[in-house]
Amino acid sequence: MSRRAAIVLALAVIALLAAAPFYATSFTITLLNYIGIYALVALGIVLLTGFGGLTSFGQAAFVGIAAYSTAWLTTAEGASPWLGLLFALASTGLAATVLGAVTLRLGGHYLPLGTVAWGLAIFFLFGNFEALGRHNGLANVPPIYIGSLSLEPTAAIYYLIWAVLIAATILVANLLESREGRAIRSLRGGVVMVESLGISVFRIRLITFIIAALLAGFSGWLYAHMSRFVSPAPFDLRMGIQYLFMAILGGSGHILGAVVGAALITLLENALQDVLPLFARDGQQLEVIVFAVIYVLVLQFARGGVMPFVLRLVPGAAKAPIVAAAPLPRRTMPERGTALLSVERLFKRFGGLEAVSQVGFDIKAGEIVGLIGPNGAGKSTVFNLITGALTCDDGKIFFLGEDITRAGQRRIAEAGIARTFQHVKLRPNMSLLDNVLLGTYPRTRAGFFKAALRLDRQEERRARFEAFAQLKRVGLGDEPYGPAGNLPLGRQRILEVARALAADPALIILDEPAAGLSRVEKKALVDLLHSLRNEGVTVLLVEHDVEFVMGLVDRIVVMDFGSKLVEGTPAAVRANPRVQEAYLGSVA
Amino acid sequence: MTPDIGLILGIDGIATGSIYILVGLGLVLIFSVTRVVFVPFGDIVAFSALTLATMQLGRMPGTVYMIVTLAAVACLVEIGHHLRRRQPRRIVRGLFYYGLLPLIPAAIAFFTAGANMPSWLQIPLAIALVVPIGPLIERIALRPLADASVLLLLVVSVALTFGLSGLGLLFFGPEGFRTKPLTGEIFRFGPIILSTQTLLMVASAAVFSLLLFLFFEQTLIGKALRATSVNRIGARIVGIRPGNAAALAFLLASLLGAVSGILIGPTTTLYYDSGFIIGLKAFVGAIIGGLTSYPGTALGALLIGVLESFASFWNSSLKEVVVFSVLIPVLLWRSLSLGRVDDEDHEVEE
Amino acid sequence: MRPLLEIKDFHVAYGKVEAVRGVGLTMQQGQIVTVIGPNGAGKTTLLAAAAGLLRSRGQVIYDGVDLERVDVEERVERGFCLVPERRELFGDMAVADNLLLGAYARRRHGSEVKQTLQQVFARFPRLAERQKQKAQTLSGGERQMLALGRALMAKPRLLMLDEPSLGLAPIMVREIFHIVASLRELGVSILLVEQNARAALETSDYGYVLEMGEITHQGPSAALAHDTRVATTYLGGAA
Repeated sequence: MSRRAAIVLALAVIALLAAAPFYATSFTITLLNYIGIYALVALGIVLLTGFGGLTSFGQAAFVGIAAYSTAWLTTAEGASPWLGLLFALASTGLAATVLGAVTLRLGGHYLPLGTVAWGLAIFFLFGNFEALGRHNGLANVPPIYIGSLSLEPTAAIYYLIWAVLIAATILVANLLESREGRAIRSLRGGVVMVESLGISVFRIRLITFIIAALLAGFSGWLYAHMSRFVSPAPFDLRMGIQYLFMAILGGSGHILGAVVGAALITLLENALQDVLPLFARDGQQLEVIVFAVIYVLVLQFARGGVMPFVLRLVPGAAKAPIVAAAPLPRRTMPERGTALLSVERLFKRFGGLEAVSQVGFDIKAGEIVGLIGPNGAGKSTVFNLITGALTCDDGKIFFLGEDITRAGQRRIAEAGIARTFQHVKLRPNMSLLDNVLLGTYPRTRAGFFKAALRLDRQEERRARFEAFAQLKRVGLGDEPYGPAGNLPLGRQRILEVARALAADPALIILDEPAAGLSRVEKKALVDLLHSLRNEGVTVLLVEHDVEFVMGLVDRIVVMDFGSKLVEGTPAAVRANPRVQEAYLGSVA
Repeated sequence: MTPDIGLILGIDGIATGSIYILVGLGLVLIFSVTRVVFVPFGDIVAFSALTLATMQLGRMPGTVYMIVTLAAVACLVEIGHHLRRRQPRRIVRGLFYYGLLPLIPAAIAFFTAGANMPSWLQIPLAIALVVPIGPLIERIALRPLADASVLLLLVVSVALTFGLSGLGLLFFGPEGFRTKPLTGEIFRFGPIILSTQTLLMVASAAVFSLLLFLFFEQTLIGKALRATSVNRIGARIVGIRPGNAAALAFLLASLLGAVSGILIGPTTTLYYDSGFIIGLKAFVGAIIGGLTSYPGTALGALLIGVLESFASFWNSSLKEVVVFSVLIPVLLWRSLSLGRVDDEDHEVEE
Repeated sequence: MRPLLEIKDFHVAYGKVEAVRGVGLTMQQGQIVTVIGPNGAGKTTLLAAAAGLLRSRGQVIYDGVDLERVDVEERVERGFCLVPERRELFGDMAVADNLLLGAYARRRHGSEVKQTLQQVFARFPRLAERQKQKAQTLSGGERQMLALGRALMAKPRLLMLDEPSLGLAPIMVREIFHIVASLRELGVSILLVEQNARAALETSDYGYVLEMGEITHQGPSAALAHDTRVATTYLGGAA
């Protein structure tokens, strides 16, 4: 489906929605209202959980904070609901910042548990304040007015709700296509890779968390002025769980999953309320059980939700061609021959094992240096120490005169070192182009606001052009929009090289770039690395394919059992009997 | 607050804490063997009390229907599983464990409904009725996801607690229940007043803690269970089946849960959804112990019990807020002290 | 005589890539057979799949029985055991416990297990010294010994060893291969996967060379040891 067709379809749906009050019953419009406000919350969860990988059970608390804020302000203080909106978003945003700063420090499964904790705590708080009406809640919340037009009638507020939902969806969609959006999407699957690209995982998570909370907050405001009554009940943990499952059921990997999930669950709930009483006297009670069964089944068999099935029916979208643009600013390379990287007496121990012991070597700008050694020699550990993925127990590392021994991955990326990984760290669900674009993150600026409002298009074009250039350079320019996971392993390694190059580094560190490549591909890689050297980029690489290394590098450092064995030119190293013994093995 | 009141609150806190120890031990047991944070565990505790209460009222407990339903589903799942692997001979074994065994206490309860049995018969029957719930749920909802991430297992657990409380409402109704006191005697030690109920709770916590400790440290089966969570692949290559380990872990934990329910029943009115809160509070205690250490869990649970006792004296409606707010700094502390829990974050979907 | 192990037309996929392609090998009872090859050739995948830890196509016939529907744990019960590349020890548990759990499949034979434990301690005195220590505090070589000892506790008939010399100091490598060779006396047949080609060929009877998932050469170990093609596989060009 072409972009034009997609837009026409979207407009048709919007037209249908706009005309709904004229052909649908009032009850249907009410249902659509609820679907709309639930979808807003679910949209935040799709962003937070589906794309960002952070599971939250507590979004209902944010809905509640906003609803109570506006209800209180408009009833107790008599303010206009629009002021209530500002107040609601402010209080939700503040709560999200505080809670996020704490919760997002939690790793793995502790994070959702944390969301359960404050979700419950906040819910209990709602019922405990006199000013919030305790368990009776706040009544007579005024409706919203646009000028003199009252949005009290169901059909009137319907337009506002769906306008907000559609606008929010567009903004989030824009965001996901941008620089920060790619950063959000890169969160799922591991922290190490993301930080090595110069992206602050905590910052991205926190901002995403706040955005999701604000979406929930908006929903809360709409809810308060639609039902005109606020009590603690709709903001309990059960509702929080329901919101999460709306996103999961609809398809948390896709923006439209939010509204699909919200619609499915709301309609299902409605249908059950009619059907269940026919089965049992207290059929109501079966409702929760039915939902629980559905949730468990979805988690067991269809974790991706409904959207992937829908998308299979729809023909794929043709992607926009990549337009030529001005290149991104480049760094000045250090003079050939100057001291670039200096490693001294590195030492790293893992439990009882000395993985790296007294390793030291220097690299000058413009060289290609190879680090070789049998399996288990400690080569990747040395790389991880240099790039900040691990901290050494002793020793020093200097880069361009700066002591980076204790520096974190981000600082090292900013200093001008880019790397690839022994176990390929890509985002298999993102396209080749997007994976390489991640590398350009430190070279670009556009933030969240610009992205949502599509004000970043020029910079984005430049970055895409650069990324595409790197793809072509490594020989992967044929299908830039294909998912990275479809590439065979060897070419995935090459993709990582392209990503590293997109960062415009002074030193590029490659961990087994040739593993899994055919002879032809290896030759192409050798040519590529030689051309890099000609541009002044310094290369440090680890490899097992000794023939590959011999034909490529200026100098070799040989490691064995965690220490440096020998250092020298390829010919000298190859002839060294100790090296031969290390590789082919000694006799028992 | 006078010292007398402080003492009473303290003892009360230790008593409640003892329950949380038992529940916490069950949670840690399950997590340490299967990596599942079994949120619905509290529901098993509540159901145990509710089962006994309904039996004491001379009615057949709704648990019977619950067991029948769960057993039926589990059997279907077992049959489907073995058929798909083309190992039909395993089906008989599966039906025995997941069909026949759970139905025996259910049948007894069914036929003795209304008869006024003495407590020493009712209590074991209630326990026997409730114990299969854990392993049955494990088989139905968790075993198919055995390789999933901790996160996904947690989300499924949350969905399960949803369902279990729904089942609770269906089979027990919305009323609250309180079981008859186990014994009525009271001891006085100077200013300290202790009921046998309290002593029983504390003693149970101590005894079960010790038993669990011995089981895991001294017996081969206990070590095998531990090994499954320490290194799953390592366990498989020495012949330990993770599925069986999980079933056993859930069985033992269910036993702990059922006993906890019997002990907590007389002390407070319980509803079909009280289990969730109990489980969550015990969980806070277990987290203080890092979800891995039994002594740590015991300590944490006691702390929570005492904290809750004093908090309720100060403001009874805010006591929940206090306990759950404590969870956050505890999680933070635990998360930081364990360093990076998972380097690679796991996703809910692929 | 019926071979102890036959692997026929074996294919193992790792994600979207076929890591093992059409591999076939045979082992007789009492033999030590080795599979050598450069890093990334698929050796570990081959063993893991043969043990049942990975999905595969093709046949694994052990003692005349097709293992298609036999799961990992049951293979262990039948005496077909694996010591994986990563050892997969129970790091948080004591050395003695690791060994006892190694005999889990034979737990019904209580007194025999005790006897086997003493034998393992006799063969690996250092483990006896450290029996109360946690496995994760052991050095690389000791861990390897513990992994071997644990596998021996199950009294295997066919033992698969994945790179036993990995990460070990030269002295330890010598010791480990001594031990591997001596296992023959116990009646254990061994399938040995190794990167250290020389030591592996010295210790084994028959060898297979695995390159990019396929068997490229095979033959009696003594012959392979002098085959220049083997050296090329490892060092590239003239050695």
